[in-house]
Amino acid sequence: MKILVCISKSPDTTSKIAFTDNNTKFDENGVQYIVNPYDEWYALVRALELKETIGGNVTIVTVGNAGDEAIIRKALAIGADEAVRIDADPTDAYFTAIQIAEYAKANGFDLVLTGKETINYNGSQVGGMIAEAMDLPFISLATKLDAVGSTLTLEREIVGGVQVLEVQSPVVVSCAKGMAEQRIPNMRGIMAARTKPLHVIAPVAVDLLTSYTTYTMPNTKSACKIIDPSNMDELVELLHNEAKVI
Amino acid sequence: MRTDLYTHPDYFNMDDLLSDEHKLVRDSARAWVKKEVSPIIDEHYEKATFPNNLLSGLGEIGAFGPYIPEEYGGPGLDHISYGLIMQELERCDSGLRSTASVQSSLVMYPIWKYGSEEQKQKYLPKLATGEMMGCFGLTEPDHGSNPGGMTTNFKDAGDGENVILNGAKMWISNAPFADIAVVWAKDETGRIYGIVVERGMEGFSTPEMHGKLSLRASSTGELIFVDVKVPKSHILPGRSGLGAPLSCLDSARFGIAWGALGAAMDCYDQALRYSKERTQFGVPIGAFQLIQKKLAEMITEITKAQLLTLRLGQLRNEGKATSAQISMAKRNNVEIALNIAREARQIHGGMGITSEYSIMRHMANLESVVTYEGTHDIHLLITGMDITGIPAFTREMPDLK
Ligand SMILES: Cc1cc2nc3c(=O)[nH]c(=O)nc-3n(C[C@H](O)[C@H](O)[C@H](O)COP(=O)(O)OP(=O)(O)OC[C@H]3O[C@@H](n4cnc5c(N)ncnc54)[C@H](O)[C@@H]3O)c2cc1C
Repeated sequence: MKILVCISKSPDTTSKIAFTDNNTKFDENGVQYIVNPYDEWYALVRALELKETIGGNVTIVTVGNAGDEAIIRKALAIGADEAVRIDADPTDAYFTAIQIAEYAKANGFDLVLTGKETINYNGSQVGGMIAEAMDLPFISLATKLDAVGSTLTLEREIVGGVQVLEVQSPVVVSCAKGMAEQRIPNMRGIMAARTKPLHVIAPVAVDLLTSYTTYTMPNTKSACKIIDPSNMDELVELLHNEAKVI
Repeated sequence: MRTDLYTHPDYFNMDDLLSDEHKLVRDSARAWVKKEVSPIIDEHYEKATFPNNLLSGLGEIGAFGPYIPEEYGGPGLDHISYGLIMQELERCDSGLRSTASVQSSLVMYPIWKYGSEEQKQKYLPKLATGEMMGCFGLTEPDHGSNPGGMTTNFKDAGDGENVILNGAKMWISNAPFADIAVVWAKDETGRIYGIVVERGMEGFSTPEMHGKLSLRASSTGELIFVDVKVPKSHILPGRSGLGAPLSCLDSARFGIAWGALGAAMDCYDQALRYSKERTQFGVPIGAFQLIQKKLAEMITEITKAQLLTLRLGQLRNEGKATSAQISMAKRNNVEIALNIAREARQIHGGMGITSEYSIMRHMANLESVVTYEGTHDIHLLITGMDITGIPAFTREMPDLK
């Protein structure tokens, strides 16, 4: 099975978040990036497991700049066979999805996997847009994925239960928690990643459909107020007038 | 222990000076430690048992001989990568790092540098995966800081093939479970050679030493040789004299310099977090100037040590690091780690003495680290000799009459 896994970067959770250009742009200064956990732990690892059981090959693709090669190397160290970097700033979900879809169409994959979302802007849109642009079915938020021949069986968690569905490849799937377990790169993988192919390709022209007006930071958390359990009136008063939640 | 939330402090953006591969090696080691070691280390420490089940994992993250070339089963990384792996291990526990240091620098290094091609092929690939474990016998009951005075010796067996080894080594990390021991012993002329002794050779035993109140999750023992017949092919042919074991110590001390800094960073990381969470007199204790002074001094010392250590790594990669430079880094980093552990423990108040936090364990472990691989004072004498040109290790016993 020929599998394409879409990899994006997200800031390490300990990064200090700030904005520049009049609060219209994320300030990358001093930010360390990691592979988006949904892409790494679930999409990539499940792709590798499928390859290990039924054979095939796993390509990772990222839309990004030369600075993103660190996350590409990590994905290769975990076990992907080759990598493609589409050399462009991933300005929005549509731009990113069209880039990936064009590459995927030209290279004929049986399965395209994404994470359920990237934990930076949390848009959850890229998978669906790739499917649309490739005219393929899209299964979102899958927690289990098995393949027999070209028939894929997937599970999705729904309120109060599990939905099981079957679909014929090729197909685009976004992967959620439960799909696989994190794999830590081992030394053999890190060594092998040194020589695995990393193709850099030029982006296609895409219209920009969105622009960012402004980002605002959440209010800093205020100190905790302790209210005596016997004083319900005060609690109700504060919830109503101060927190404005009731 | 609570959830391991460790992130390393990087006040001067030192990460920018590392390659992507360095960071990948470090982050993978850290992820492995958090997943496999942090949850179990306290129990091993309390029970004074060595976590044997971690050996293959240590092999997989490259902790055994990271700089050994690929042709001998190693990953062929540089010395900075070696340092970073030791740092991640010791960040969790000095005992774990000790096992990896010994295997890498004191067993694989001498075999790689001074062994015959046959010895390298026979031992290095298995040592790299952890399938085979080794120990290093230099210290003797009566010869610690003065290893040159050793009495362990070998003589020709007269059969043309073997030598007969006699003597005893003490304080040997990994000895109780090691498959092989790189033992330093004198020949009939008093010249020091390295010999690979294998478990199972008749007359060779490795009793465990008990009662350690430091480095409890590391296994330490004696090596006892009673007329052990060892084939001559087990002698390392490449180098003899005290310089041979001392060159191995250079490599191990280099790793300790990085490792001790890891312990320091772990203590600081926890103390900083605790000082923001713990409230007294209505404010987080981090709001008090006295706590801030402690934290500010810690990060200053850590940052200085990071710069020293990375520069040492660059020099070692270029083959230019001197023994005296390595001594200075080992001594400095262990000292700041001990001081930071003590201050961090105080910041944690009573909680600081519990196994909920790793600080007290680091503090006790570092008492071994400040003693082995050259005591704190011996390293001072090395620096003193280096700058004055005058060795001050020995002196005449004054006439007391
Ligand atoms: C947990 C642990 C693990 C170890 N693992 C190993 C191992 O794997 N292999 C191995 O070979 N060894 C190992 N060692 C031994 C270690 O290297 C020695 O303990 C160390 O070299 C000190 O020797 P000593 O204990 O005999 O102390 P001594 O040499 O007796 O020193 C006692 C004190 O005298 C001071 N002193 C000695 N000489 C001088 C001098 N000239 N001038 C001023 N002060 C001096 C020392 O600084 C020290 O304060 C280990 C030790 C420990 C604690």
